[in-house]
Amino acid sequence: MNEVILELDSVVKRFGDNEVLRGISLNLHRHEVVCLIGASGSGKSTLLRCVNLLETIDGGTITLFGQSLTNVRVDPDKVRRHTGMVFQSFNLFPHLTVLENVLVGPVRALKRKRSDVHDEAMQLLDRIGLRERSDEYPDRLSGGQQQRVAIVRSLAMRPALLLLDEVTSALDPSLVGEVLDLLRDLAHTGTTMLIATHEMNFARDVAQQVVYLDGGVLVEKGTPQEIFSNPQHESTRLFLERVR
Amino acid sequence: MVNETDARLSEQTPSFFAPRRKQLLLGRRAIVASTLSTVLIIGGLFAVFLLAPGGATVRHFFFNPHDMWQSFVGDHRDALSSVGLGLLTNIWVFLVAEVFVLTFGLAIAWTRMTKSPVLMPFRILAIIYSDVFRGIPVLLVFLLIGFGVPALQITFISNQSLAVYGCVSLILTYSAYVAEVFRAGIYSVPHGQLLAARSLGLTNATTMRRVILPQAVRTVVPPLLNDFISLQKDTALLSILGVIEAVQAGTIYQDLRFNSSGLVVASLLFLAMTIPLTRFTDSLVARDRTRRLASS
Repeated sequence: MNEVILELDSVVKRFGDNEVLRGISLNLHRHEVVCLIGASGSGKSTLLRCVNLLETIDGGTITLFGQSLTNVRVDPDKVRRHTGMVFQSFNLFPHLTVLENVLVGPVRALKRKRSDVHDEAMQLLDRIGLRERSDEYPDRLSGGQQQRVAIVRSLAMRPALLLLDEVTSALDPSLVGEVLDLLRDLAHTGTTMLIATHEMNFARDVAQQVVYLDGGVLVEKGTPQEIFSNPQHESTRLFLERVR
Repeated sequence: MVNETDARLSEQTPSFFAPRRKQLLLGRRAIVASTLSTVLIIGGLFAVFLLAPGGATVRHFFFNPHDMWQSFVGDHRDALSSVGLGLLTNIWVFLVAEVFVLTFGLAIAWTRMTKSPVLMPFRILAIIYSDVFRGIPVLLVFLLIGFGVPALQITFISNQSLAVYGCVSLILTYSAYVAEVFRAGIYSVPHGQLLAARSLGLTNATTMRRVILPQAVRTVVPPLLNDFISLQKDTALLSILGVIEAVQAGTIYQDLRFNSSGLVVASLLFLAMTIPLTRFTDSLVARDRTRRLASS
């Protein structure tokens, strides 16, 4: 197995009195896909946000490439440049064209020259079949197309790790497939991903590790086989029965 | 099995005709009705103006064409100021003020929203500033700045013309308002935009400049233009400092010739300035509305 790049150790996160993460421990290896499953409010999204330092944790440690992210000398902007994040609501920049959306990260955050990144960005758009629409604004695209652009926008940063927060939950059922296909494609080409998802079949197909969260507690983790065919815990079994 | 009540309801044939009175306001009749009511109301108001007991007096003292023209051009031999020339003062004051108000307003809004610990004292100052200058009547700001600052006897600062102090008063007051407009605009950008930008590794400043502000400006333009309309009108307050601008020139004419037509001229000139801007603002609002309706 490849080296561990992300290490969560008893991570705790509170919003006021509400403890949303209660000591989560988890390892993620290079080229590995880990799926977080669990009901809404179980802490999946918060966990992803903590890794991306969009939230600060209240206990435990998060270690990325051997460096503790809780260290005060860590620059969050630098961490985020290596951990792409894709959101449920796409969040494309509506005032920028599709191409500019993809370019904005490498050009404004990595200070790379526009002309250097241009071809790379067009290749990424080609990969999702939207090369011809690079000059259009996001509101001209369907939800599925927008979400694929959002994924590619993160990829343009060449992140070491991609965090995906229920990226198909806001989509029409008919558009979910095209986004999941792109993620499958990414998984096959070795992209390291931490994915919060409600799509159980997808998780079964692509994940090396499935993690079930319930009320901020990591109830159980294992291979898709172990979790889906032979869950050890009662609450996992009940959850899987409900979503099936 | 179908419930008896339900069955009875579904068998009724509904009638969609409006009652007779409402029919008068439908279709082509609506045009007739609107024309008629417009003519009646406007004509009525005009009739009141014409037939009022003092109507003739008012027409003579406020709408006398001869006096209106005289006050507009003025007469320098007679120490009679021109309302038209006076307006030039109003125009330069608001043009200068608008440039500064935009810059200061944005700077104050930005200061209030940054989280940098170094800027803490500026943040507190910005809050105090906003509170103070939104709280004091503009008239008082004019009096305090216009008579207070010269009394300080600081070189350069205390030796400016009264029009400059008026301009400064407007800048101070309106920057506080415009800062709030900018702040509201910035907050109107969905939080997801900020998250997406920061998660790409853009710094706080870059996020503001490349992602948040460009979107905020769109929502901010109509309320900003409204504040500018009001700023243009408030240049009339320069008159209380004794600056000879349009209103003051009209008052001088009134004092010397016992006729107020100059004030009406000043009003008409203000309207000529503000109406294009109000119309433009309204059309922007309408366009924004159609765009939003189309995209949702």
